[in-house]
Amino acid sequence: MIWVNDVVQGILLGGFYGLLACGLALMFGLMRIINLAHGDLAVLGAYLIFLLLEHWHVSPFLGLLPVLPVMLGLGYLLQRTILERSLRSGLLVPLLTTFGLSIVIQNLLQQSFSPDVQSLGASAGSVATASWQITSQLSISAIGALTLGVAVLIFGGLQLYLSRTSSGRRMRATAQDPDTAELVGIDSRAVYARATAIAVAIAAIGGMFLAIRSDFYPYSGPTHLIFAFEAVVIGGLGSSLWGTLAGGIVLGVAQTIGGQINPEYPVLAGHLVFLLVLLSPRGGILNLRRAMA
Amino acid sequence: MSGAAPTTPAGPSRAIARWTRLSAGFTSGFGGLVIALVFVPVAFGANTTQEMTTLLILVLMAVMWNALAGYGGLVSIGQQAYIGLGAYATVWLANHSVNPYLAMVLATLFCGVVAIPLSFLMLRFRGAQFAIGTWVVAEALAIYVSFDNALGAGSGTSLSQIDSYAPGPREHYTYWLTLAMTAFFIGVLFVLLRSRLGSSLQAIRDDEDAAASVGVRVVAGKRILFLLAATGAGAAGAMTLANTLFIEPTAIFSVNYTALMIFMVLVGGLGTFEGPIIGAIVLYVIQNQFGNNGTWYLVGLGGAAMAFALLMPRGLWGTLEERSGLRFMPVGYRVGSASTLPAEEAQ
Repeated sequence: MIWVNDVVQGILLGGFYGLLACGLALMFGLMRIINLAHGDLAVLGAYLIFLLLEHWHVSPFLGLLPVLPVMLGLGYLLQRTILERSLRSGLLVPLLTTFGLSIVIQNLLQQSFSPDVQSLGASAGSVATASWQITSQLSISAIGALTLGVAVLIFGGLQLYLSRTSSGRRMRATAQDPDTAELVGIDSRAVYARATAIAVAIAAIGGMFLAIRSDFYPYSGPTHLIFAFEAVVIGGLGSSLWGTLAGGIVLGVAQTIGGQINPEYPVLAGHLVFLLVLLSPRGGILNLRRAMA
Repeated sequence: MSGAAPTTPAGPSRAIARWTRLSAGFTSGFGGLVIALVFVPVAFGANTTQEMTTLLILVLMAVMWNALAGYGGLVSIGQQAYIGLGAYATVWLANHSVNPYLAMVLATLFCGVVAIPLSFLMLRFRGAQFAIGTWVVAEALAIYVSFDNALGAGSGTSLSQIDSYAPGPREHYTYWLTLAMTAFFIGVLFVLLRSRLGSSLQAIRDDEDAAASVGVRVVAGKRILFLLAATGAGAAGAMTLANTLFIEPTAIFSVNYTALMIFMVLVGGLGTFEGPIIGAIVLYVIQNQFGNNGTWYLVGLGGAAMAFALLMPRGLWGTLEERSGLRFMPVGYRVGSASTLPAEEAQ
């Protein structure tokens, strides 16, 4: 029964990783950008909500609402002003650009806010602490369930957007072959800007859950970024959206089971499972369904 | 690629050459510089010696990251794995009563040995998988070390055995060993690039599949660079420990080391021989001039990295070579006396 509990907790944790990884997978699947600043963008989102909550004492979920359009705009501008220029030259230049951006964001946060550790857990009220006791050994925390639920909604919504709307179809076409997409009249730069806007906004949602579930500080982005990356790689490098969520769940379950074996090892177990999955013949067990490319 | 590559008329005097008068002079100048650097501790005080050790470590880190990314096309964000491993292996060996300086050399070799099985794992990956995979390996190693009580666990450890040397001579020895390591690894890279392997490596970097199709042994070439970069980073880690005497897992396995490497190579010029050295000097000067300004300094560093990536992707040295058409180190081939090289679009 204790293992059942671990798996359940792992799935809930995986929802969180999936949420953090979603924008990352979208940008990588579409533009082959390894966005090293993704974690910092999530933390930036958390700080923006934190800023609002300092002035108006509302729930972070309410605080997210005005932050989302800001992050959408920020993502759009980021793509149009910086990332777009970096796209022409392979994997390296975007990586280096976002690496510089990551350092800039971290230190601007450090400059604007105190280096203190913050958390939005207290302002989220009972959601942050409530849990349902299913059996004596199995309980489901409200925030875990909410995170997973939101993750499923976002992945599902994005999937619907990509498969059902004409804007989404343009995005899939650009992901498959930007040159041919251009030939049939798709403005790939507009598509890219829209995708980055969406990715950055989802990062902010991930940042909010990060801030409620645990604490954050200006330099905490990379700590979470590596888990998000692992989820993306396990899930087949952005080739399938649901794969990314599944990748997050694989990572989450690996961590909780590893933690059960030895309380010191959850993160290490996650890393090992990541490497094992990469070594499997397909290089990512979840590389089966291809929704985007 | 602009289609307007200037084609110089072929003449009977045209021959493939490696050495030019400039590159011969520059190479001997380079050798002379290394010899001159040997006398730094004698000529200058302890402060300069320690500063120069720091600079040499930066040079070594930059050259090694460039060997991997610039010549092998392998973008790693996990080279801190070997920096940490080199430092911790030194501590471990010194704890087992190996002379600390010998321990640094052995720890460097150890990093090369560890990299052999890792290379079989990592070289299966390409592009993003490789970049993330190397980072994960570094994180896993950091966690592993931070649970080892014999190595001070999470709170760190120091190289106390080195106290058997008086502080004065100690700094000299550390400096000389760092100089020897840095010169050695730059020398190895120089020889590698001039060997048959050099041309195949650049073919791999430019187009892996095309290189494989004309018979270049892609994986073997990459493996040599992977092992070289790992060993060199291990040396940098061992020397960092010798220079600072104290390490802790989160700091020595920090991704910031790779960040610094990327910055130096980017500023100096990715895939150029001299560029990383220039980049290391630039970073060193920046650190000394603005290092105390804390966060704004780091904002500037990140901004500079972005600016270089976007506006000057060939870095200072690459741009200079491109503009002037001069090649200072004879690691490539030149056709005849052509002074204008195909101009590539800067973007």
